Amino acid sequence: MGNRITEDLQNMMNSRKLFAALIWLAGMLCLPLANAQLTVEIFGSGANRIPIATPNFSGEALMQGSVGEVVRKDLELSGLFKQIESGSLLGVEGVTPDYNGWKGQGADALLLGSINPGQGGLVDVRFRLYDVVRGTELFLLKVSVRPDQNRALGHHIANKVYEQLIGQPGIFATRIAYVEKRGSRYQLLISDFDGENAVPALISEEPIMSPAWSPDGKHLAYVSFDKKKPIIYVRALDSIRTVVLANYKGSNSAPAWSPDGRRLAITLTKDGLSQIYLVNADGSGLRRLTNSNGIDTEPRFSPDGSQIYFTSDRGGSPQIYRVPVEGGAVQRVTFTGAYNVSPRVSPDGKTLIYIARNDGRFQITMQDLASQQTQVLTDSAKDESPSFAPDGRTLLYATEVGGRGVLSVVSTDGRTRYRLNNRAGDVREPAWGPFEK
Amino acid sequence: MKKSLVIAATLAALLAACSTAPTEPVAAKPAAAPQATAKSDIPTPVKPAAVKSDPFKDPDALNKIPLLAKRSIYFEYDKYDIALDYVSIIEAHSKYLKANGGAKVLIQGNADERGSREYNLALGQKRAEAVASNLKLLGVKDGQMEAVSLGKEKPKATGHDEAAWAENRRADLVYGGK
Repeated sequence: MGNRITEDLQNMMNSRKLFAALIWLAGMLCLPLANAQLTVEIFGSGANRIPIATPNFSGEALMQGSVGEVVRKDLELSGLFKQIESGSLLGVEGVTPDYNGWKGQGADALLLGSINPGQGGLVDVRFRLYDVVRGTELFLLKVSVRPDQNRALGHHIANKVYEQLIGQPGIFATRIAYVEKRGSRYQLLISDFDGENAVPALISEEPIMSPAWSPDGKHLAYVSFDKKKPIIYVRALDSIRTVVLANYKGSNSAPAWSPDGRRLAITLTKDGLSQIYLVNADGSGLRRLTNSNGIDTEPRFSPDGSQIYFTSDRGGSPQIYRVPVEGGAVQRVTFTGAYNVSPRVSPDGKTLIYIARNDGRFQITMQDLASQQTQVLTDSAKDESPSFAPDGRTLLYATEVGGRGVLSVVSTDGRTRYRLNNRAGDVREPAWGPFEK
Repeated sequence: MKKSLVIAATLAALLAACSTAPTEPVAAKPAAAPQATAKSDIPTPVKPAAVKSDPFKDPDALNKIPLLAKRSIYFEYDKYDIALDYVSIIEAHSKYLKANGGAKVLIQGNADERGSREYNLALGQKRAEAVASNLKLLGVKDGQMEAVSLGKEKPKATGHDEAAWAENRRADLVYGGK
């Protein structure tokens, strides 16, 4: 967890000494926005986006990379903010800003920060958020980080801004897992939510699929083919410890954690065709859940843990069904179209996302579970493996562009869309991790 | 169960060993195999000599008998029954597995690239199971077979057209280690 910020806000807030620290007036204050690596498409007028100015912090040269850039990109990716340029204005953290000037630029909010040398090789960071319209300071926060933690710091600050202005927790410090195929090599990668900072959790010459985060973010279940067949493993992320969760005769696939992290739903073929089983997180207590003559797979727990949503061809074509975890009547959930697979329930339990085939195109589709109304969210043709952000606002999914697998994000309101295009290889199987603890 | 397999295997090995020298030329004649297969339903071997020369018991049968060298079964789109073209191949493998009780086969099902990875894994499994259940009907023991799926993860054909998809709707018979 070397990249996570170990913050002691209270402690820092009490240390008045910091006020005496030098305020760096580096010339980078008014740097223009760096060319964004990601292209964010925003549909609609953008009238609901909050105009915010977040110039680079003073003293950014003390960090190994820009902080302001990370904050700006994070806020932009949320689709809820519009970046306002500083123009000729000079914002200095600690000095009351020229509210009228910023108002004139069109900003409703302003973030200013400063970075100063700290103790033990750390740097001390202070950042203030201002309500430009009301002319008030909303918060002042302080944190100490290592100079190489500019990305983690930026995500942390973006979270604080987001929480203050949107009133909900931000997802900027969450992580995602995905699989990259490069030549004949497969890597299970873990990165920041925007695809940056990727580190391999596993490298293999055989395919890897279905990574699944435990609810505490400490374990990843996945399927590997290193023994000529699919076997489910669970890897502890804070060590190199990997255990076999299920290696029964036949295929072992599609792991999904229960919300309490105690057990997983998995697909096994040990008793014939693919069927869904429940197993404790240590591999014990295996119990068969579904009983059909066809294929039952892709299980997912509902957020309250009471239901399992899954894909089944029991009715002739693959459709989505649900069954109580403790067993009981199976209910069909999707009715439109001849191919509906990969169910994912939103964190609030109200919406179902799945992949539907429409005229040969596989697309992310959203269904309101109460009204059964559906809506196609994408216009691509090979969408796969959707994964909700923990706040349920956006979805990460795999698709194909120019014959290459890429990861994309779309908001559930369909208005924001961007692609994570920072990997050279073929990427697939994304899984969005939980809120950082 | 395991014990009886081991005994059967040992017996088979012994039989093969004592019959090797005199009958090898016969067993090695590959052209005879398809004919033998076609008539296989009628149990012809009455003479003890014929039993000993069962070409399927030859330890090297997998390389010698043309039908056994065929290890891929192809499937139509959304179909999971064995097409007529492949019945003789399945029969040949059933004979080999029955003649060699110690032999084991991994049946790897595959799927074309269209659609969900996990669902395709289940579709590949369905193809592997189709082969396994046919082998079972022909008398092959469960313990000698394992039906698994590679889904669309290891495509043999990497194209994106009907020809590539057809090539990947397939189950492969994989013997010991390879």
